[in-house]
Amino acid sequence: MTTLSPPTMAGRPAAPPPRKRSTRRRSWVGWGFIAPFMVVFALVFLAPIAYSIYLSLFREQMVGGTSFVGLDNYQRAFDDPKFWEALGRVSLFLVIQVPIMLGIALLVALAIDSGRLYGKNFFRIAIFMPYAVPAVVATLMWGFIYGSRFGLVGNINDTFNVSLPNPLSPDLVLASIGNIVTWEFVGYNMLIFYAALRVIPHSLYEAAEIDGASQLRMITAIKLPAIRGALVIATIFSIIGSFQLFNEPSILQNLAPNAITTYFTPNLFTYSLSFSGQQHNYAATVAILMGLLTMVVAYVVQLRGMRKEA
Amino acid sequence: MAATTTRTRRPGPALRQRRRRPHSVNHPRRSTLLTVLTGLVLVYSLVPLAWLAINATKTQPGLFDSFGLWFDSDFALWSNITDTLTYDDGVFVRWLLNTLLYVVAGAGGATFLAVLGGYALAKFQFPGKRAVFAVVIGAVAVPGTALAVPTFLMFSEMGLTNTPWAVIIPSLISPFGLYLMWVFAADAIPGELLEAARIDGASELRTFFRVSLPLMAPGIVTVLLFTMVATWNNYFLPLIMIKDPDWYPLTLGLNAWNAQASTAGGEAIFNLVITGSLLTILPLIVAFLLLQRYWQSGLAAGSVKE
Amino acid sequence: MTKTARRALRGVGLATVVALGLTACGSDDGGSGDAGASADEVTQALEEGGEITVWAWEPTLGQVVEDFQAEYPNVKVNLVNAGTANDQYTALQNAMQAGSGVPDVAQIEYYAMGQFSLNESITDLSGFGAGELADSYSPGPWSAVQANDGIYGLPMDSGPMALYYNKDLFDEYGIEVPTTWDEYLQAARDLHEANPNAYMTNDTGDGGFATSMIWQAGGRPYQVDGTEVGIDFSDEGSTRFIDLWQQMLDEDLLAPITSWSDEWFQGMGDGTIASLATGAWMPANLESSLPDGAGSWRVAPLPQWDENAPASAENGGSALTIPDASSKKELAYGFLQYANAGDGVATRLENGAFPATTADLNSEEFLSTEFEYFGGQRANEVFAESAANVADDWSYLPFQVYANSIFNDTAGKAYVSNTTLAEGLAQWQDASRRYGEEQGFTITD
Repeated sequence: MTTLSPPTMAGRPAAPPPRKRSTRRRSWVGWGFIAPFMVVFALVFLAPIAYSIYLSLFREQMVGGTSFVGLDNYQRAFDDPKFWEALGRVSLFLVIQVPIMLGIALLVALAIDSGRLYGKNFFRIAIFMPYAVPAVVATLMWGFIYGSRFGLVGNINDTFNVSLPNPLSPDLVLASIGNIVTWEFVGYNMLIFYAALRVIPHSLYEAAEIDGASQLRMITAIKLPAIRGALVIATIFSIIGSFQLFNEPSILQNLAPNAITTYFTPNLFTYSLSFSGQQHNYAATVAILMGLLTMVVAYVVQLRGMRKEA
Repeated sequence: MAATTTRTRRPGPALRQRRRRPHSVNHPRRSTLLTVLTGLVLVYSLVPLAWLAINATKTQPGLFDSFGLWFDSDFALWSNITDTLTYDDGVFVRWLLNTLLYVVAGAGGATFLAVLGGYALAKFQFPGKRAVFAVVIGAVAVPGTALAVPTFLMFSEMGLTNTPWAVIIPSLISPFGLYLMWVFAADAIPGELLEAARIDGASELRTFFRVSLPLMAPGIVTVLLFTMVATWNNYFLPLIMIKDPDWYPLTLGLNAWNAQASTAGGEAIFNLVITGSLLTILPLIVAFLLLQRYWQSGLAAGSVKE
Repeated sequence: MTKTARRALRGVGLATVVALGLTACGSDDGGSGDAGASADEVTQALEEGGEITVWAWEPTLGQVVEDFQAEYPNVKVNLVNAGTANDQYTALQNAMQAGSGVPDVAQIEYYAMGQFSLNESITDLSGFGAGELADSYSPGPWSAVQANDGIYGLPMDSGPMALYYNKDLFDEYGIEVPTTWDEYLQAARDLHEANPNAYMTNDTGDGGFATSMIWQAGGRPYQVDGTEVGIDFSDEGSTRFIDLWQQMLDEDLLAPITSWSDEWFQGMGDGTIASLATGAWMPANLESSLPDGAGSWRVAPLPQWDENAPASAENGGSALTIPDASSKKELAYGFLQYANAGDGVATRLENGAFPATTADLNSEEFLSTEFEYFGGQRANEVFAESAANVADDWSYLPFQVYANSIFNDTAGKAYVSNTTLAEGLAQWQDASRRYGEEQGFTITD
């Protein structure tokens, strides 16, 4: 349990530091307000995690039953090429897809916030809309679009007599997944950035305008620093999302079974271990390792994000 | 539009400034180029949805022999909708009602807990406070697929599996909602106001409901929006927890329909799956549009601060 | 608040205890198999009535349940579609592990039964007199429900394989219906040459299909004796299939389309996919999913390796089983008998299911059924012949569900890279062996 609350992480909350602290009295009153959240949280997150840690110390076999194995499962994970392959893949995904997605989201948020768009309300809601589409539905849509025979890719090939590479081939499937994730979450992140931009006091802009600052200068000098908190938290949530990549590859697996292995991402790996393989103990081990690793990366990102601010 | 309304509420200087310089920060010149560039992202977002809308008008055979991004000769949208709503004794309607229940209880509860928690983080100093968010982030970082079985075993022990509680309780936690409310409450509620209320002798609870809650309303709508979407599209946990189709949410039901084609003797009803999908996302889109006014002003919370 | 917290903690504690307790039970229980009841006791239970829960995704069971309840008005059957195939097995495993919410009857595919019969989490029905039904079922499905000298379910349907082909397309390009796999290969070449967009069949790697093909070719890669397991894809029969399919791959004669995807339905509709070798349960799916194909398609016997010794194999099919945790086994067995050996069989046949019962397979009415979809062909004659020719001695692994789930990780490489199918299957063999070892099986060579 103690590993779950690294003191270092708590040192600097990701939120922009609230400005006034005069109302803060150190008392238990605050707990009264946060307790309902924490109680449910303990039930649906902490308890299963504690149970998983416990499970990770055992091994259950179809023949032979359950035995205590100490840290053997962790040793096994460190020696398991599938685990490392999966981890490598999501890391690659992380360093490429997350910057693209957040970049587009930020640009769109800035564009909408600038007030220079025609019909910005429509833009905002329409770009957010993919977030509302359930995974099952997204399967059907992207399955159609990626289909190189009867799908949109196939139609383009036939119409223009070209041969686009198959988006579901082993070489391209990660990029295709990145595209779906980007599609789903650009609007979501855009809305977070937009919300943060809206709370920037307009007096700042007016002052800058009187000083004759350009649009670009206003963005770099006022807007971006002001929403740094939102950028950091969006990055952290995206890192978590990348490391937990599951829905999209799991769905596309039906269409591209040979390109997406059962250990394509760490989360698919734990799923396959746990559900097809009945290896709950090893699955729990991999999950805990991934959790620890994600926290470390998130923490590093947060430290960097905050240092720039200082 | 809301930007204008927010502005007009603002006093003198801004008004004078606007009159003098029509294309100021508050009323910049519209840019066609920027609109077109953002339009690319818009097209990217909407093409797959267009596919969904177009294909909801096709019959089962029509789906297979017509071009995906254009209409088939038969326009079967209405009969598809009727079939979707009546197939298997109208089970779709039951799923819709279940989903509504999960959304009202789950997203409503999640928002409420996030509001309380965010308020506590923003406005109180209490022991262990610094650890709270770190623990939340840390726990969220553990892959959920591996936690599903432990969670199932626990819930089963508590007699909650195969009941609506198994879907609702996990939905009550929205780490991102907590974060948003934290940031929002920190900005939207002036400390002086709380001090004043306390000096007047109001209890903490009364202060919260009378003073803080109204100020947080716009942020609450935003969080509600996020949690609604999350609950509406919840798939993995119900898949593990719910075995009785009478308690399925729409996502599970649609998936069951989709899987039906691949079983021996199963009837392929892709047209109903697609129409059902469209019907599934429509309520969310309507909710966005209806809530638009609120989250619009909520996101423009700057007025509170000035 | 504290109450809830305490409850949560208690939940964890209890769950842990339960998990451990269950595992302990599981290993103690092995081989007890003492459940049973006489026919009279089963009849009595049916008359007394009660409520049972049935987990099944088979669509024809709905009508059977209605009829069953009409016949035994005191019995209430909750028919629940708890997911298709693997989803349902996962749910079943979870419920068994949790020790609550386990149904009284569960549908399980033949290839997945070993996983449940191994630790007796489903009931050995010998004690109910299931052994007397031996002659009622065709050999393929009957051997599939047996393991460790026990009978772990009653066969519900079966999937003797046949070749479904698009006659219009064959006629258009002058392709003869192949009777041997050599002819099949040649036909595939001719067809693809005549129309580069048309393929004899599709395959992107499917463990179930590959094992059925090996089964027919005479390969017996799996040797299972209790907890001793042998896995070897280098025997003669396996090699026959591997060589054939490698040729199909090398010459690009397989459409790279995954079965059951919507591209697949489209491909069969528009002449991209000319034939399918699969189980006898397919007609109902063709009728409902590919209505426009009516009249174009026909059924032929599976091509042979040796025309003088016709052999066939099963693909798919499932049984109804009684989970060991059920407290109403008599009632459950009463339902099994009704659905899979009694009046329910006829009901299910009417609704398009394919039987596992010999009486039906041999009945004049069944054999003479003319399939409008297949241009009036008496397709059941083909299927029944195939059922009679199913080669014996086949067994699946006790962990076949997992093994099939990793087929595409290993053998699947042969479909998308330079890896040969033989190498791919060797990798599959290694991965399956490793998993078997991890699970405590003794792996023999």
